[in-house]
Amino acid sequence: MNFNLAPNTNKSTTLTMKKSKPERSTWSEFFVESSIRVVGFSTIGFVALIFLFLLREGLPIFYEISPANVFGTRWYPTFDIFGSLPLILGSAYVTVASILIALPLGVCTAVFVREVAPQWTREILKPLIEVLAGIPSVVLGFFGMHVIAPLVRINLDAPTGLTAFTGALLLAYMSLPTIISVAEDALDSVPKSYRDAALAMGATKWQTIWRIVVPAARSGIATAVMLGMGRAIGETMAVMMVTGNAARMPLSVNSLFMPVRTMTATIAAEMGEVANGSVHYHALFGIGIMLFILTFCINLVAAKAIFKKRYRGGLR
Amino acid sequence: MMHRSHVQKLGFAFLTLCAITVVAPILVVIGIIFVEGVRVVSWEFISAVPHDGMKEGGIFPAIVGTLLLTLGTAVCAIPVGVGGSVYLAEYAKDNWMTRAIRLAIVNLAGIPSIVYGLFGLGMFVLFMHMGTSILAGVLTLAIMTLPVIISTSEEALRTVPTEFRTVSASLGGTRWQGIRYIVLPQALPGIITGIILGLLRAAGETAPILFTVAAFYLPRLPQSPFDQVMALPYHLYVISTQVPGMPMSVQYGTALVLLILVLSMNFVATIIRSYFRRRRQW
Repeated sequence: MNFNLAPNTNKSTTLTMKKSKPERSTWSEFFVESSIRVVGFSTIGFVALIFLFLLREGLPIFYEISPANVFGTRWYPTFDIFGSLPLILGSAYVTVASILIALPLGVCTAVFVREVAPQWTREILKPLIEVLAGIPSVVLGFFGMHVIAPLVRINLDAPTGLTAFTGALLLAYMSLPTIISVAEDALDSVPKSYRDAALAMGATKWQTIWRIVVPAARSGIATAVMLGMGRAIGETMAVMMVTGNAARMPLSVNSLFMPVRTMTATIAAEMGEVANGSVHYHALFGIGIMLFILTFCINLVAAKAIFKKRYRGGLR
Repeated sequence: MMHRSHVQKLGFAFLTLCAITVVAPILVVIGIIFVEGVRVVSWEFISAVPHDGMKEGGIFPAIVGTLLLTLGTAVCAIPVGVGGSVYLAEYAKDNWMTRAIRLAIVNLAGIPSIVYGLFGLGMFVLFMHMGTSILAGVLTLAIMTLPVIISTSEEALRTVPTEFRTVSASLGGTRWQGIRYIVLPQALPGIITGIILGLLRAAGETAPILFTVAAFYLPRLPQSPFDQVMALPYHLYVISTQVPGMPMSVQYGTALVLLILVLSMNFVATIIRSYFRRRRQW
């Protein structure tokens, strides 16, 4: 891949090139190649810009009000009380609950698709999972509100079906496509010799899968979980529509069946009504900063694993 | 102790059950929305302007708004996205700068959509004085779409065998000529698939357009890029949560139209990919 034949950098080829190519084409080529370079580097610029503007609008909150207020346990913007703890815990609660649902389901499905399913089943399953990835979150939220929430309410005999559990269920399905595809890649990268060795020793296919292939793929599966978590924390619309949005501290298992409010839902629900530059406005951007840093860290860890895989695989 | 062949049978049955648990609800969601929505979707529903507090009439402005936003996103995101992928696949050397770019892409892909919304509000709407406008929304959506386009296009470019580039170079082609006339055409189906998948995400997203474009109720079509528009996902959110007494049929109808729009894009992407994969000679 890394052969170096660009006419402007390699003198030995330039001599022959220049005879056949008119000067203008070299210039246009230079122009195209430099703009491709600029575009390539622009992604770093975008990440920096996003962080910069979040800081610009959100940083004031950390000196406008006291730290005890910022990380307090009550969120009542009308009384200038901006405790973000219930929102952070709300996000964490719903995310962890969704991963607990999605991880076993996702890994088992990935194992099924990769190791067990016959070709025709695979041909049906994979596009369907892609369809799930494509369904807009607002449509899933709408469905959750009108179909799942009433079911939850009736089955639990609760006053409302808009609970953390409903949100976690939806989030689990929204992160499943990510988890399944990353876990599938992980299973795929387990060398065939591992399987052959296990089968040759007389292990059944099942034993080979659970004792050899899945353990060998565990770091990839961990990446799958990280990326699934990143997806779940950042999800906004579906969560806002089905979790009931009560900013209270979710501290017990019972909270699973009560309303919670996440960081993302708070921004989405309240930003429309605040005055630009007010304390409340800064507070919402402050939550944005927290979300950005949180997902940045999660992706940093996941990316490390992804890059390691890429390099271990060598040049393609 | 159970015999291990029974264990295997039981295990495989369990895995099958898991796969069904994942897939069945997808069909149920689509099925219910289709059955409930198909009753209200008529020519009038998709071609008329809403009236009577959105309870009557159609959703035409929202459909136009979403199509405009998607088109605008395509115009902004495709050149940057494809250019970025060409850089990464063909030019980038394996050094720390390239790793930083890859890291940036992974992070762009992971930034929550609502944070894109905040960014769009802070930068385009307020700082650059675009106001709540199509332009602000399109730029926000384009940046959000970039990582999808870049990573899938890069993947497509990398599947083109190195020999293609070597042969092009051996015939006296410059590096750019090799890319422009040999590599890009070969990778085009993969790139188009990536673009559609990215745009599909932009078309269905609500959070980034909440504060950058979306109009609650605007029964006319936009005149300039500085106008607000209605958009299908936002419209669905509004009528299902903010408008009391909204008929369920209208809500399901809107959900169905959005679902059909997104799923047909998904379908086209799948078709392109499998068609060209089968036709590929290498």
